[in-house]
Amino acid sequence: MSKENGNKSEDTQWPLWEVFTQPRDGKPHEHAGSLHAPDAEKALENARDVYTRRKEAVNIWVVPSDQIVASKGEDEGPFFDPADDKPYRHPQFYSVPRVSKRRS
Amino acid sequence: MSDQGEQKSFQERIDNGETIEPKDDMPDRYRKQLIRMMSQHAHSEVVGMLPEGNWITRAPSLRRKMILLSKVQDEAGHGLYLYSATETLGASRQEVIDQLLEGKAKYSSIFNYPTLSWADVAVIGWLVDGAAIINQTMLARSSYGPYSRAMVRICKEESFHKKQGYEMVAKMADGTPEQQEMIQDAVDRWWWPTLMMFGPHDEDSPNSAELIKWGVKSKTNDELRQSFVDRHIAEAHEVGLEIPDDELEYNEETGHWEFGEIDWDEFWNVVKGNGPMNKERIKARREAHENGKWVREAAEEYARKQKLSKEKAS
Amino acid sequence: MSTATKSKELTKQEALFEYLVRLADDRLILGHRLSEWCGHGPILEEDIALANIALDYIGHAANLYEYAVEVEGEGRHRDDLVYFRNDVEYKNLKITELPRGDFGFTIARQFLFSSYSYYLYQLLSDVKDEQFRGMVEKHFKEVKYHLRHSREWVLRLGDGTEESHKRIQDAFNDIWTYIGELFHQDEVDEFLQDKNLAANTASFKSDWKDLVSDTLEEATLDVPDFDQFMVEGSRQGLHTEHLGHLLAEMQHLRRSYPDGNWQ
Repeated sequence: MSKENGNKSEDTQWPLWEVFTQPRDGKPHEHAGSLHAPDAEKALENARDVYTRRKEAVNIWVVPSDQIVASKGEDEGPFFDPADDKPYRHPQFYSVPRVSKRRS
Repeated sequence: MSDQGEQKSFQERIDNGETIEPKDDMPDRYRKQLIRMMSQHAHSEVVGMLPEGNWITRAPSLRRKMILLSKVQDEAGHGLYLYSATETLGASRQEVIDQLLEGKAKYSSIFNYPTLSWADVAVIGWLVDGAAIINQTMLARSSYGPYSRAMVRICKEESFHKKQGYEMVAKMADGTPEQQEMIQDAVDRWWWPTLMMFGPHDEDSPNSAELIKWGVKSKTNDELRQSFVDRHIAEAHEVGLEIPDDELEYNEETGHWEFGEIDWDEFWNVVKGNGPMNKERIKARREAHENGKWVREAAEEYARKQKLSKEKAS
Repeated sequence: MSTATKSKELTKQEALFEYLVRLADDRLILGHRLSEWCGHGPILEEDIALANIALDYIGHAANLYEYAVEVEGEGRHRDDLVYFRNDVEYKNLKITELPRGDFGFTIARQFLFSSYSYYLYQLLSDVKDEQFRGMVEKHFKEVKYHLRHSREWVLRLGDGTEESHKRIQDAFNDIWTYIGELFHQDEVDEFLQDKNLAANTASFKSDWKDLVSDTLEEATLDVPDFDQFMVEGSRQGLHTEHLGHLLAEMQHLRRSYPDGNWQ
């Protein structure tokens, strides 16, 4: 398929893509799964056929899997633990006077 | 860290109920066992399209035709989810499909039995999908994240598969004498092969203990088989169908149905490739793969040309 | 042969019934051919895509038959039309009944039929019959996708490898003789067009030809001659021999046990 394989004509199942679907208008896209496709247009079509057979989405993103950069399990501590001691980032950290919803 | 230490901390994670993700450290054997199990599962979905697909063009009403076509299509989808999940362990789809086509990989033996009448479609939905759901509900809690997530999605979609099967079974059992005869005949042929789907007895299943230790499975083959039997005997009685087993007996004390012994010679024979349809199933998959080769190549060549001309233009 | 096309004076009811059945037959038969791919596609993703399109067609046919028997008003079920008519009573276009062939043939037919359906549904979106129009609007969304799917494949096969180029070119050459009657009009069409209940397919023929020619050219394919000999007669029940075998397979179980409930 690509240069890495040299001239050898190898059978292929096409490159791998990751599919993200937006379940409803206004909601964020979520990872739905992956699939194989030769290019972006066919990846979109395949995603529509594979991951929205039951109306699961209003919008689809497809990304070549090798373009995804992920943090590793061993990064978990240094990446995410520091957020543990920043309670001031959460609304529960603050106490404010209760304000009545009545207009008067 | 020594291999022993690594294994231990991995086992601790499993015992804590943690989910293992693709980039996490995992013992080689865990990876290998999962690749084997998940790719077999994927193959089973794809080969499983064939016996039911055999009846799509002959379905006796438009309603049933649409239900069957969408069910078989779902199975392709499930195969796809499972191949994708297997790929996260470093086994490409191409690689595992090659193993299937070369006859080196296994898949569920149930699909090596032929669908001889339309009633078989009903009974496959009821019994075979019924057995699959019991197995898959357990696997949805498996320790490997991608496998468990694929299973959650599959279980959601498959609940209709069993339901449509049982609906059809009920209608035929309540239908004309010919329909009743047809459905009973299908139950007679599929009951025992379905019980075999859960695999050998626990004492003959060396993989089972290891898979349970690793949190991939949480129940043994015999436990799963028992819950299948209990559920489906009740359903059979509900619609007045006979189960072809003289030794069936309800045990008041345990609350379970006791049943006869599986013909293990037949089981091993089919596993070894001598079932009624083994050769045809692999031949059909091989033909689809070979006939599709030029299509896959064309799309890839087109993509290459497009990329090239885009690069030139910029 | 149906009474509708034979009788001298058509009623609106007869004509509409006949028209709906023709549309339904096209979709059922093509859906049947596509459904044969299920489990045998060139790659899993495409297996799923073809089954989706087959399901769309069979679903469209089911809706159309259901409305047809309602219009007829004799208490028949849609399945009566599907399972208990013979070859000559089927009115589908011959292009839909040809065996599925290789993937190239399937795509060539899908592209020609989807692009035709695209223009057809555009016109049918204006019919003066609420129930019919409602159905058309729903189906049209799927028809647009069928066109996109097949057009993209024509480009890939035409401008792919040497082998794929040859296969899809051969397919277009072989199938070409069946496209003429897509635009044939008879008294049923004309009768209903006067009442805004049918589409004049001849009116979009040149737009359709442009779309087909542009796509084939973009796919580096030769456009066969639009003026070559074209077969006719499908709407009068004249078929190829392939239809009989297709129906034998489709109908045999239901006809063997006509008294059973098969829903």
